[in-house]
Amino acid sequence: MAHAEARHPLFIPVVLVGGLIFGFGLALSGMTKPEVVLNFLQFEDFGLLFVMGGGALVTGLTMALATKFLTDAPLTGKPYGRRLKSFDRNVLVGGVIFGAGWGISGICPGAAYASLGIGNVPVLWALGGMFLGAYAQGYWRSKRADDATSVATAD
Amino acid sequence: MVQALFPNGVVQYALGGILVGLGVAVIYLATGIIAGASTFLESTWSYVSDQSRFNRASYLATRDWRIVFTLGIVLGAAVYAFGVGDGAWTTDVQWWRLLGGGFLVGVGTRVGKGCTSGHGVCGVGSVSNTSLVNVATFLAVAIGTAQLVQALGVSP
Repeated sequence: MAHAEARHPLFIPVVLVGGLIFGFGLALSGMTKPEVVLNFLQFEDFGLLFVMGGGALVTGLTMALATKFLTDAPLTGKPYGRRLKSFDRNVLVGGVIFGAGWGISGICPGAAYASLGIGNVPVLWALGGMFLGAYAQGYWRSKRADDATSVATAD
Repeated sequence: MVQALFPNGVVQYALGGILVGLGVAVIYLATGIIAGASTFLESTWSYVSDQSRFNRASYLATRDWRIVFTLGIVLGAAVYAFGVGDGAWTTDVQWWRLLGGGFLVGVGTRVGKGCTSGHGVCGVGSVSNTSLVNVATFLAVAIGTAQLVQALGVSP
């Protein structure tokens, strides 16, 4: 893992440019508007399938080509890989909770950041909720991990 | 048929999705990092909280660029809205739905190891079984929930 002082001078600019393109795309797609997402979830407009599909296609092609023909990334020396997370019960539990929240609000994390950019001030409610939710689960998991450690050391 | 399924066409959706993918691809090709949007919600807490969950090495090492990535997303959307699009826009979805739904999104994306971008775009692009299962789960539950909300007469 690269430390801040050892980072390539272009690292932060590249992350910024990537974020700019990502946010521009989200705004163009309409995902920044909860109404558009709700229209999709309520089967009134299936266009959103093309947002996730288009994004996954570009990302998938890039990762497939990079892992096949290139070795490691120029700015970090990190080897190219795919996004493969381990499967456990949390993947399902988290998916259910996230789905319920998305269905109620019509907004997901990346779209919420971008929504602020299009001047949608009320989305601050959703962002506040997301930070609180992330804190709540982190607090609970920290407690559980700390308890597990103290039990282990007590033995 | 096509008109009924896609009343607003598909062009802006597909172009928007391709750009989302390109944003991820630029960062990936330059750095090897597969950037998702929701880790920011946890890693940023490490600046003010000493809970062990938020102070994992992988968050401390990435929390600064995740803020830059998020600012980029905000600015990129602003460039679209105020440079190309129709200017400022405000939702009619009630504040309590944004707050309550947002809370569940915060819990669920972090417990489930990713969100619409991490699992939905990057994970599906990686043909990861974990991500495919997660996406199928959150999509099914979101559709059921949104239709229930509609059936209860809550609008928009």
